[in-house]
Amino acid sequence: MIDPIKPPRRKNPLLRTRLPASPPRPRSRTSHGFTRAAAEGRFMLQRCEACGAFAYPAREACPSCLSSALAFADAPRGGTLLAETTARVPSDVYFRERAPWRIGLVKMDCGPTIVAHLHADCAEDAPVRMSFQLDKSGQAVAFARPEGETPNMADDRQWREMTADPKFRRVLVTNGRSVIGQEAVVALKAAGAKTVFVGVAEPWRPFAGEDLLRRQEGVEVVALDAADEKSAADLAADIGGKVDILVNTTEYVRAGGLLDRKGTSIARDEIDQAYLGFINLAQAFGPAMRMRGADGVNNSVAWVNILSVYALANWPAFGAYSASQAACLSLSHCLRAELRPGGIKLMNLFTGPVDTEWFQTVPPPKVAPRAIAQAIVSGLKGGLEEMYVGDVAEEIRQRLAANPKALERELDK
Amino acid sequence: MQSKNLLELAGAISSGAVRVVDLTFTLSPDFPVIVLPPEFGQAAPVRIQEISRYDGRGPAWYWNNVTFGEHTGTHFDAPIHWFTGKDLPNNAVDTMPAKDMIAPACVIDCSAEAAHDPDFVLTVPIVEAWESKHGRIPARQWVLLRTDWSKKGWRDYSNLRDDGAHTPGPNPAVIKWLVEERGIIGFGTETIGTDAGQAGHFEPPYPAHHFLHGAGRYGLQCLCNLDQLPATGAVIVASPLKIQNGSGSPLRVIALVGSN
Repeated sequence: MIDPIKPPRRKNPLLRTRLPASPPRPRSRTSHGFTRAAAEGRFMLQRCEACGAFAYPAREACPSCLSSALAFADAPRGGTLLAETTARVPSDVYFRERAPWRIGLVKMDCGPTIVAHLHADCAEDAPVRMSFQLDKSGQAVAFARPEGETPNMADDRQWREMTADPKFRRVLVTNGRSVIGQEAVVALKAAGAKTVFVGVAEPWRPFAGEDLLRRQEGVEVVALDAADEKSAADLAADIGGKVDILVNTTEYVRAGGLLDRKGTSIARDEIDQAYLGFINLAQAFGPAMRMRGADGVNNSVAWVNILSVYALANWPAFGAYSASQAACLSLSHCLRAELRPGGIKLMNLFTGPVDTEWFQTVPPPKVAPRAIAQAIVSGLKGGLEEMYVGDVAEEIRQRLAANPKALERELDK
Repeated sequence: MQSKNLLELAGAISSGAVRVVDLTFTLSPDFPVIVLPPEFGQAAPVRIQEISRYDGRGPAWYWNNVTFGEHTGTHFDAPIHWFTGKDLPNNAVDTMPAKDMIAPACVIDCSAEAAHDPDFVLTVPIVEAWESKHGRIPARQWVLLRTDWSKKGWRDYSNLRDDGAHTPGPNPAVIKWLVEERGIIGFGTETIGTDAGQAGHFEPPYPAHHFLHGAGRYGLQCLCNLDQLPATGAVIVASPLKIQNGSGSPLRVIALVGSN
């Protein structure tokens, strides 16, 4: 059983902040099948298309029948812990700093045996539930947890290294004027965030939900216009060293593509808000977050973007907006790489049309802002990198994987 | 006028005998802009982006790229801004006569009335009462409406409610009268527009824009420090940026005030 983690004390200013170290990074190209699974919270193993056997670790031919048709497939998570050991003085810097570190051998019900990081409540000969998690170097590792829930399960020290749980952390929600932003604040507070800073641009402009936002315990409304370079820099000067999770809730949705719009002023606003706003936030908050990746219980852990799934495939009815989202998606991959040395996760959450004012005339299904807020929390708790929220987003993803050209034609209607 | 008189003026400015009052708000990203329904095109807010600041991007110099809409901050409205002035000659900031950029001002102090009524409107009788005290408003002078609105915090300054902005301004009759009967060169306010916050419901809507620009006159808004001006006799210098076919521009507005 695990003792609950305690709220972190204030830092001792005489001590140097420990810099982040990364666990070993090299992987084979085939092994990145696990990376994809871990990014999406799936459990996938290679499975032989000829004989049906599951294989692990990643390889080029089936160990049973030598077939080379070894595609990654969703696999059952159940297994049994055969043996466990504790590494007390590892040679790797990352693990040495975190020793003692428990690992074990898990015999999967579906066949293979996997070396995995262990949750503290895993016991030998007991059933475990296996997952792939992204570690601090952004690579997939196998992680075994007890089959059922145990007390304070998420507080496990090794598990917390793999995730970005909001508990006791300080979160910046960048735009509190939107319903999504307000729902995110509520969900993150409910998930145990110590403080939620919430940005409000143009505070002279009243907005719906403002009173509730200002009344919540542990919520600090701060001036932030992400699209304004100085505003982002000024806020970072104040709280940049206290942002453990940044949730970018920038939202600027306008219908229309190219020919039925006149001029570039709306497109400019879209780029200003979504793309340049993203850059301003990244430049203001990214460096301190990357530096604080190993800063104790409330270390800096994650950056969250909420993107339209039409970043992946242009929806001409919202064509210019789709393009601005595509730009942000591309930029997010750059930021992910740049945050990686700090062990900071970058999670992109893709949604279809949201049930908000600017998608008013779009027929259902639409994603409820609350569902997005809940997905943010569950994604952080699971340490994910990619999430598809709602039926539309999931469907677009599948259709894109199946036939991008067909999807392009189908979105043109 | 002889050039020695001009030099005398310059000397008086330099010595402080003629006071120079800055009527301009600092152009900054957090200054409120006009709010239109979101489906309309919006004024770009002020953005200031560093090019370099004595750093790797330019080791010895500091400078910025600046973007803004024509109607942000303390700004000038040219006749071409409104449909009523669209066909007038020389109706844009680049073609307007340069001599119109310097003119005296009459300052009508309605700060007491505006203090307890955000929807205060200037009327003909109020101006007539002012004239009985200070004399008839001469032609080609600015009329500046002092409300002390510029002293408010930004939220009260824009004063947006669910039925629109509530800020003072002129009623249709007075602005038509000032233009036609007094021949003013323009009308200036401390608020975000030359019109009242609720002027969209006036007849005609936005009467200050309608009548001023229809007659080739100008607007000044987001002015401050009007409380430092005398009721008459101050000279306003308001020269907008020379933007090609521009409908207006942020500008530095200064007033010259004599010692009497």
